[in-house]
Formats: sequence, structure tokens, C-alpha cells
Amino acid sequence: MTRLITRRSVIAAGAAAGTLTTLPISMVRLAFGGTREDFSFTYISDSHIQQIKGASFVRNWDMGLKRAVAEANLITPEADFVMFGGDLAQLGKKEELDHGAEMLSHVKGKLHCVMGEHDYYLDLGEYWSKLYGPQWYSFDHKGVHFVVLNSILTTDEWTFHRWPTAEQRMLEMAGLDNPNGSPFMVGEKQRAWLKDDLDKVSKDTPLIVFSHSPLQKIYKGWNFWTDDAEQVQALLQPFKTVNVIYGHVHQIQYNQIGNISFNAVMATAWPWPYPDTYAQAGAHVPVLTVPMNRADPFFERDATGWQMIDVNSGRVTARYQLWDNGERVVGYDPKLGKPVDKKYQEAIVRKAPQLHY
Amino acid sequence: MRQFTIALVLGAVLLSPATLADEFTGTDVDRWQSEFDSVAKKGRELWTSGAVGTNGVACAQCHPNAANTHPETYPKFQKQLGKVAQLFEMVNWCIRNPLQGAALPADDPKMTALVAYIHKERKGVAIDAGKH
Repeated sequence: MTRLITRRSVIAAGAAAGTLTTLPISMVRLAFGGTREDFSFTYISDSHIQQIKGASFVRNWDMGLKRAVAEANLITPEADFVMFGGDLAQLGKKEELDHGAEMLSHVKGKLHCVMGEHDYYLDLGEYWSKLYGPQWYSFDHKGVHFVVLNSILTTDEWTFHRWPTAEQRMLEMAGLDNPNGSPFMVGEKQRAWLKDDLDKVSKDTPLIVFSHSPLQKIYKGWNFWTDDAEQVQALLQPFKTVNVIYGHVHQIQYNQIGNISFNAVMATAWPWPYPDTYAQAGAHVPVLTVPMNRADPFFERDATGWQMIDVNSGRVTARYQLWDNGERVVGYDPKLGKPVDKKYQEAIVRKAPQLHY
Repeated sequence: MRQFTIALVLGAVLLSPATLADEFTGTDVDRWQSEFDSVAKKGRELWTSGAVGTNGVACAQCHPNAANTHPETYPKFQKQLGKVAQLFEMVNWCIRNPLQGAALPADDPKMTALVAYIHKERKGVAIDAGKH
């Protein structure tokens, strides 16, 4: 039933979708007044490696990360680099981060990592930073300016003064629906850094920003949310081409706010329901989003996966490699000025499993 | 003497308005609701606990606020089980597989609590048994 995503299946899917990911990516396009090379990178996220005891870890979550790494390594031509979108660990433990880092170390190519709340709230990112370096930084690649943010910070009161132990603080933040949690934020210090960083970049340069939580407000009850999202967006809006890619939500989401295109990525661990299926909460998913198929619990890896991200003229196309399900391709449509699903965007072509309730 | 006592007790019971089958008060309703709420609260504790199975995984990890459990659609046909199944059977499926634990009897107080919590979070949604 389950199919391993191989070079062959990705080529077949790429051919079917009419895209060029698996062909030599040497095309040079003229865009925004300069030459820019198209390229691809791999995005793996939310593995939630969970220690049971000693050297024993939850097998299900291990398998997701192992499989994503193995499949990503089969892609030809190789992606330019690999992103990991945060929540490598479940409860921020050194053992979990080490075990996850060991699996992740097998990826080919340069690895960039984003901080997730599950990596952070035990020791406030100390051990993660030993493994992966700074929690926010930027880099340039083939004419695109990339920014990595730590978007899962919260108030000093909650972080430093609310909980008697670090373990309890971690547990309180780990529960997605826990009312004792606290809204995520990028925070003043990091926003000042971002402003500084972006001041040095031409407004014509495409931006790709990575965060763990959505830099838009979707549903506060599950922290599908960043409290200072508008302030961060305001720093990004002056740029002509802006893409935000976030993890955390374990589902396909996409949106357009002004100049900013948003894409969420899948988890390798488990899928989450769409917030509008919570009967006590009401609708919160961006209307643009065509949901992924409803998960079939009898298939352990269903509704999880990883993604190839194609960057064409500074615009993102997310190619969702979904285990036990067909590939989904969501990319920016220059005519419409927003991301669309390449196959299912029109209501008339949607499938029954895409209806969530 | 014993007969007299029984008659006395019986008389007292029959005369008490609260024991009439079709009579109950606001206090009764409040008590029944609080009984339900306390069981649903216990269910919420179990839902978010890593101790229901054996591997520390909690129901809430995949089902925040018990979303995507669709209690209103049960009993319904589950093609993977090849039969019409009840909600508790699916709860047990999750306990056995993702939680790597032992299935609970249908009337286990823990199962009652879990099912009570699921229904409480789904309050207001119309019953639609069999829906997929």
C-alpha cells in the first residue's frame, strides 16, 4: 500500500505536474531586473523525536524522520541545501535532540535549522544552539536573501517566572491545545535585528523567510499564531517578492497577505486537524488553502511527509511529498498574484477527502 | 417489626416528591451535569496524559481538543476493520497502535471518561451515524 518516494516516482510526479524540478536546474531567467538562477531545496520539519526511556524512542516518529532523510537523499539533481523547520525533539531533551540530530546528520548537503518550541522550552535553546548555532540569522543564495527567525519566543513573565521547573515549562508549552501555554512571538530584539538585516538588502531582492510558527494569525487556541505577526509583516511588505515558509501546523496551508506569500510544510511525525474542524472554535484556515486529504489513521505515515521547494524567479513552489497519498504542488501564480494548488484550486475539481469537518 | 419498618421506609420513599419518577429539580440537573463534567474532566486528563499507552504518546498529540475524532459519525463502517464499528473501538485502535498500549474494556471507567471528553468537545454537532 505504502510507496517509497524514489527518484523515479518524483520524476514521474514532476513530469505529471509539468514542472522542472528533476531536470537540470541550469535555467537562468530574467526577473526583477537581474539574472537569477532557479534552484531547489529540501524542507523537512516537525519530527518530534520522543524519548520513552534510555535509548528507547517512539518508533513511529523515528520512522518519519528516517524516511524523509532517506528519500530526500535520493533526489537527483541534489537540492542546493536542506532546511529543517523545527520541533526536532518532543520535549527538548538532550537525548531527543541528539537522537534526531544523528538521523538528520545523514542528509546530503548543507543543513539549516529553525528553532521550534519543542526544542526550546526545556533549556531555552541552549543545547539546540550547541548543535545548530544561532537561533536567527540570514544568508544569501543565488540572488535570494534568506532569513531564519526564532518565532516561538514568548513573554519574559511566562518564560522565566511562571513555572517552578524547566520540565513543567516544557510540558505546558508542548501541549498544542493547553490553555496554560502562551502566544508565540518574534519579539522586539529580533525584530530590530531583522530591520537592520533587511535595511542592507535591495527591495528588488526576493526574500524567503523561515519561521517555525506561522507569521500570520490563524488560530490562537492552538498557537497557529505569532503575536507580533503584523509587525514582522510590516518589515517584509516593502520588498517586491516575499515568501514565508513555516512548520508547526503539520498540514498544508497557504495564503497571500499583500506582497507576502505563505506556505506551511508537513510534519514527518503526525498530522494535525485543521482548526476549523474544532467545533467549539469556528473557521480559521485561510480561504485560499485547499486542505490536504483527511488522514487515514490506519496508515501510520498518512498525512505526513516532506517537501521539495522550487524557487523560480524568487517565487516558491512547494512540492509536498505525501506518504500514502498523491503529491500536492502549491506555487505562486504570477497572474493571480497568490499561491495556488496546481491541480485542486478550483472548487469543482476538489476531492471528497479534502473536505474536513 | 421488620414488616413495619419496611412499610415505614417505603411510605417515606413514596411520599417524598423527589423520588417520583417524573419529578426532578434544578438541583438534580445540576448534579447530573456536574457528574458528567467531572468524568469528562477526567477524560481530558487522560487525553493529555502520556500514561494511557506505554510509549508516552498522548491522544492530544494528534487530536488537540479531540478534533478529527468525529464522534457524531459512529457507529460507522470502517473499511480497514471490515465492519461497522463503535467509537470505543477506534479509541482502542489508537491506544493499541500509536500509543502502543493495551485496549480497554468498553465499560472501563477510563474509556467512559475518554468518550465523555470526546463528546463534550464535539457538543453542538448534529448526530450523523454512518457518515464518512
